[in-house]
Amino acid sequence: MLLASAKKLRSFGIIGMNQRNFGLISRYNPRRLYPLVDDKLKTKLLAQQAGITVPQLLGTVQYQHDVKALKEILHPYSQFVIKPVKGSGGKGILVITEHDHNLYFKPSGDAMQLADIERHVSNILSGLHSLGGKPDTVMIESLIQLDPVFSDYSYEGIPDIRIIVLRGYPIMSMLRLTTHASDGKANLHQGAVGVGIDIGTGRALHAVQYGESVTHHPDTRKTFSELTVPHWDKLLQLAAACYEMTGLGYLGADLVLDRDQGPMIIELNARPGLAIQVANRAGLAPRVAVIEAIKTIDPDPQSRAAFSKRQFAFAADIHPPRLLRTRSDDR
Amino acid sequence: MYAKLRLYIVVILLLGLGIGLTLYKHFALGFPLSPDDKKSVWTIEARIDFAARGNPVIVSFALPPQTPGVVFMEEDFASSDYGFSELTSPSGRRAQWSKRAASGLQTAYYRLSMYETGQIAHPTAAADLPPEPEKPEFDEVLKTAATTLLDQVRSKSANTEIFTRELITTLNSKAPSQNLSLLINEQSSEDYKTHLIINLLALEGISARIVRGLYLEDGRRRQSLTNFVEVYIGNEWLLFNQNSGKSGKPKKFLVWQRGDQSLLDVVGGKNSQISFSIIRNVHSTRDLVVRDSMNKQAGIIDFSIYSLPIEQQNAFKMILLLPIGALIVVIMRLLIGIRTSGTFMPILIALALIQTTLLTGLIIFLTVVGTGLLIRSYLSRLNLLFVARISAVIIVVIAIIASISILSNKLGLDQAMTVTFFPMIILSWTIERMSVLWEEDGPREVFIQGGGSLLTAVIAYLFMTNRTIEYLTFNFPELMLVNLALILILGQYTGYRLSELYRFHALERRNVAGKR
Repeated sequence: MLLASAKKLRSFGIIGMNQRNFGLISRYNPRRLYPLVDDKLKTKLLAQQAGITVPQLLGTVQYQHDVKALKEILHPYSQFVIKPVKGSGGKGILVITEHDHNLYFKPSGDAMQLADIERHVSNILSGLHSLGGKPDTVMIESLIQLDPVFSDYSYEGIPDIRIIVLRGYPIMSMLRLTTHASDGKANLHQGAVGVGIDIGTGRALHAVQYGESVTHHPDTRKTFSELTVPHWDKLLQLAAACYEMTGLGYLGADLVLDRDQGPMIIELNARPGLAIQVANRAGLAPRVAVIEAIKTIDPDPQSRAAFSKRQFAFAADIHPPRLLRTRSDDR
Repeated sequence: MYAKLRLYIVVILLLGLGIGLTLYKHFALGFPLSPDDKKSVWTIEARIDFAARGNPVIVSFALPPQTPGVVFMEEDFASSDYGFSELTSPSGRRAQWSKRAASGLQTAYYRLSMYETGQIAHPTAAADLPPEPEKPEFDEVLKTAATTLLDQVRSKSANTEIFTRELITTLNSKAPSQNLSLLINEQSSEDYKTHLIINLLALEGISARIVRGLYLEDGRRRQSLTNFVEVYIGNEWLLFNQNSGKSGKPKKFLVWQRGDQSLLDVVGGKNSQISFSIIRNVHSTRDLVVRDSMNKQAGIIDFSIYSLPIEQQNAFKMILLLPIGALIVVIMRLLIGIRTSGTFMPILIALALIQTTLLTGLIIFLTVVGTGLLIRSYLSRLNLLFVARISAVIIVVIAIIASISILSNKLGLDQAMTVTFFPMIILSWTIERMSVLWEEDGPREVFIQGGGSLLTAVIAYLFMTNRTIEYLTFNFPELMLVNLALILILGQYTGYRLSELYRFHALERRNVAGKR
């Protein structure tokens, strides 16, 4: 079957783009709060104020003539990440894992010269990767060290964990694993693998690449069935705390596990995509309904995370939707 | 919920206003809903000839009355050195030419352009009540014959209408009885017959009057008016053909004069003659209606696009098509889920396609963007700042366009010259975006978005060049409100996009596989 039936998708509770824009984003996310997450420097500052760990900021470049200073800024570091402050969807992110004299090496082993990096930085400053082509700022961050748990599951990159948070409650999560096809980026439409993660336990549920089910990592051939994300409670609590931090009712928190520093937040998204439903083989709608039924939001992120763990654990979700429907019909 | 209700109220108001105005223009002002609607415009020329005797001359000529269902576009009066005035009296309009002294052959012209609107003529107003029929004076012999004839006809008829018809048929019978021959006698001119019928009807107590009119036939010359009898039946006047007895106004027939006044009076002249010639022209109904409404100063037309200079009107023809393009983009993006590069770039491409025609436009577009991408990939190696690079791309695009124009001109391909209609800045941005997309997401994404844009543009083009849509958007701009209402409703659509049914198709098998 090439096309799914709309009726079936609705019975699974799958949320479409139109409904996401209308029922979630425009309802829960006031426009004025967008700059908090669209500007990654602001997000970083907010997170630091809230006591949340973030990757260390090594430097920023704001003006074209500062590009010349890049060599000085980069000099002490052999590993770093260059990001546009207002970039979206992972665009314009450059990862350098090795620095040797004038050559900089990407995770794939491709070498870059300083001039290449300078051009990349000046492109970012001109607004090539920013929303609406506005002038942008470049930030240089410390490179996240791969946690050994994921070493079998990632190729030339750092996997990240996307957690959807509605009104402060984590409702769905997935692990995004880098692959050779995705060029070391954790971006699903570029070929990264999305692994649905059970909110209750942090265990892998189901994985997809390019929208199709996979059971093994395409590069490392490692099966996902033994994969469990460590520090799961901490990750959920961090994600839940982003609600107080930004005020956004519907957000996607991107977290990573650093080998040395543990869970940290790298990015927040006010318009998280819907691929997470495919990775989880579950629709968002039933979980949205559960959260929307809550009258008063618990002010404590930890107890909210605990609520989500109980509510959305895989075992609780095992009933096929049809069964749920008949139960409500009986009432 | 309140917001939703408010939106629906706005939508209903917009729909009501848009459709209401359209229907008003169609039914009350006669705007056709199809661009191919044509009407015959009749130009009737009445030529009056007479010989003047050197004395003061007054020529008085009956003019056709304004009747509902007929629109007079233009009336011209011409005759050399004559004073002219148009008189209106309860018995009808008359044209009057006058001169202190004239001699020799004189000619006066009256020209009328008119068309029939096809609206149903309302029954004649109550003011047009007939006088009591005067008892006609027949001599004894004729009176007997008339009474006998009337008795005969009356016995065969049930009401006034049938009576009149029966009377006319009897009078026209091929083998007239003795009575009839007596009444008709030799001097059976048309006028005589008309008056005989009116007199006989009067004897029966039925009001009737003479109606003169003109059959409208293309290319006719030296026509004269035809007599009809109009009988007051019930509360309205009914026309009868005095030769066949058929009732009702025939098609393509212009009533020129009602009642027994003279058609033409010439004082100070003799041998007066009048002849009519008729020519038919075909005009688009829409042009006629616009003209008529402008003349009548109908508010809705007077304050409309039609009051602008032609050049601006042509610009608006294009501008009013844009909402159609916008609607297509909304449908493609919200319902189908096609990705386009730049939200409304497809509309701009569609506008350019309108100027270049479809195939030429597509070939030119692909050539320019393709060549642009090649050169852009070289530019990216030159290590340029972003603004400088996009500016360079603009110049490259202009160079490509210029070379296409010159090359095609040399090759004799005139069509490719239309390349200048493509918006160059937009093309440059397209090239820049596609190039970045290529570097970041690979060629696949470029083809998806580029293809999506082109597909949307072509569909928008097909709609925007549709003759009927073009006609409706320009002549019924209020339909834009309907369009707006549709877009408002689509803005509320929260269901799945067609592309999402594909995107999530793997999920359909969830129930079987989700046991882990």
